[in-house]
Amino acid sequence: MARTTPPTTEGTTTPVAASAAPPLPGALVTRAGRASKASAGVLALAVIVLAALPYIAFAGTTSSMVTFFVLLIMASMWNLLAGFGGMVSVGQQAFVGVGAYTVLAFANMGINPFVALPLAALTCSVFAIPTSWLAFRLRGDYFAVGTWVIAEVYRLIIIRFDSLGGPSGMSLPGLNGMDPVLRGALTYWAALALAALTILGCYLLMRGRTGLALTAVRDDETAARANGVDVTWSKRLVYLVSAAGCGAAGGILIIDSLSVQPNAIFSVQWSAYMIFIVIIGGIGYLEGPLLGAIVFYALQQLLAGYGSWYMIILGAIGVAGAIWLPRGLWGTVTNKTGIQLFPVGYRLNQPWTLPPNLR
Amino acid sequence: MPAAARKETDYPMDLLNTLVQGLMLGGLYALFAAGLSIMFGVMRMVNLAHGDLAVIAGYLVLVLLGGTMFPLWLVVLVTLPLFAVIGYGIHRSLFSRSLKAGPLSALLVTFGLSIVIQNGLLEGFSADTRTIDMGVLNTGAFHLNNQLSISYLGLLTLILAVVVIVGVQLFLSRTRTGKMMRAVSDDADTASLVGANSKHLYAIATAIAFGTVALAGIMSGARSSFDPSIGPTQLIFAFEAVVIGGLGSLWGTLAGGVVLGLTQAFAAHLDPSFTILAGHLVFLAVLAFRPQGLIPQRTV
Repeated sequence: MARTTPPTTEGTTTPVAASAAPPLPGALVTRAGRASKASAGVLALAVIVLAALPYIAFAGTTSSMVTFFVLLIMASMWNLLAGFGGMVSVGQQAFVGVGAYTVLAFANMGINPFVALPLAALTCSVFAIPTSWLAFRLRGDYFAVGTWVIAEVYRLIIIRFDSLGGPSGMSLPGLNGMDPVLRGALTYWAALALAALTILGCYLLMRGRTGLALTAVRDDETAARANGVDVTWSKRLVYLVSAAGCGAAGGILIIDSLSVQPNAIFSVQWSAYMIFIVIIGGIGYLEGPLLGAIVFYALQQLLAGYGSWYMIILGAIGVAGAIWLPRGLWGTVTNKTGIQLFPVGYRLNQPWTLPPNLR
Repeated sequence: MPAAARKETDYPMDLLNTLVQGLMLGGLYALFAAGLSIMFGVMRMVNLAHGDLAVIAGYLVLVLLGGTMFPLWLVVLVTLPLFAVIGYGIHRSLFSRSLKAGPLSALLVTFGLSIVIQNGLLEGFSADTRTIDMGVLNTGAFHLNNQLSISYLGLLTLILAVVVIVGVQLFLSRTRTGKMMRAVSDDADTASLVGANSKHLYAIATAIAFGTVALAGIMSGARSSFDPSIGPTQLIFAFEAVVIGGLGSLWGTLAGGVVLGLTQAFAAHLDPSFTILAGHLVFLAVLAFRPQGLIPQRTV
């Protein structure tokens, strides 16, 4: 199906005549509706406004926005893995930690931490290759706990390196001389750029052949395999991309806090946050993590003073959401209204609903 | 950890002692893993709150011991059925709904539950570490000679693990309910045609799992100190025991627990900081070279 439909850019229309059996004579297949085009504009505008924020707002605001972007990146990566790849991992903190420690290792060698960020992403996807050999032996629920064990193994190995601070962690060298305001702004921009890149990357990935293959694998692995989808390759690709994204997020975290503590950076809490955000926002929708991260961030600001009650409430909402709102907030919205911000599928327009010039 | 007392000793005896300590530790892991294995075997579900339930059981025993005049044996005797009833209730209210919503949902529900439990315990009992005082059971041991001793608690745990696993195995193979449970596990729709109530049977499996994990939590709480955050560690050890032994096999789970216990004990003997990592590495080695586990059979 994907093969017969030529790749389209957003907003263009393609006559169905190209496909083997046109559903209706004269019908047109489009990817983006009016709302999608409008939202693309709004999102682009939002990125521009957010990029200007360090000139307008106080450093405290931009600093807390960094946390938001990091959560958004992680959640998008988890959504890619679980929502599109069908791999529910509770061990993505492995790559958050490896990413942070990669930045630390390069900084120890004298490389600027900001320059080391892409290297952290790259290192994580390299580490993800052998990890996937082991983790892919497990399926479903067992994959989840297996990845968790692997994350623990990464932590236990890293704390054996005294040059990386051992069990107590260490502070990040290389940024001490920098003006704090400039450093804060740079961190903010790096986080914003990565978040935008993550969302755009997920969108492009899911629009293409890989996206279609993945969706098929998630829905029915055997059927997808029978139709010629290279299942393992598709899953591995997503796993590597997801590791790279989480690694970059980990890199931002260490640059933001200027130190790393192994138990905190390898904490399963990161997985808890990712899962919560995606479940609330809507698993399997590219819009889900964005909406979920906003809700999560708002709850965090609202409940910050309540200590562990905050986590209790998050956990309870997560449980309720998984049972009673399996499609999350965005899934419910898009089901009712048909609005898609990031259209990855195809939609069929009947000729009579189109403007005359397109008929 | 059962680090062997290292004095000027003859080496074989030292190794034998490590072996014995490892066996007893393995018994504890098998006891932890039994519930996980049952739930996976019957309904293909992994309960990520498994370890946290064990921690709750530990705190419940502490509260009952402190707040009532009941002796320990009575407290344990009350706690286990109570957990089984809670397990039945949680299955009927939460797990069965999430199983219906899809395999992903069950995982997310138990993960959420785990977070709720951990933070709830933290709120209620603070992060201080506790231990269950079992009197002579905590301290007593059979001293076979001055290097080899078998603690009462360790031996009891190992015996309980074997009893639980044999008991569940017999229950599944001999009793009417157990047979129905296996039928439902194989094909719920067909089994329902001959009168099996899958919700009820799954809930019974969950009840058994909750009861056994409560027992594991109590034994573990007497053996070493615990705090609200150790649940995930217990879950991971139990999980490793299940996978090393072979998915869906109760005998495998017992073997897996023992392998894990022995690995950790010998690693601790060589280098205490290597204990946990060694267990994980054995688990990964099994995944890499023998993914079907040690005893790959479908008992359930």
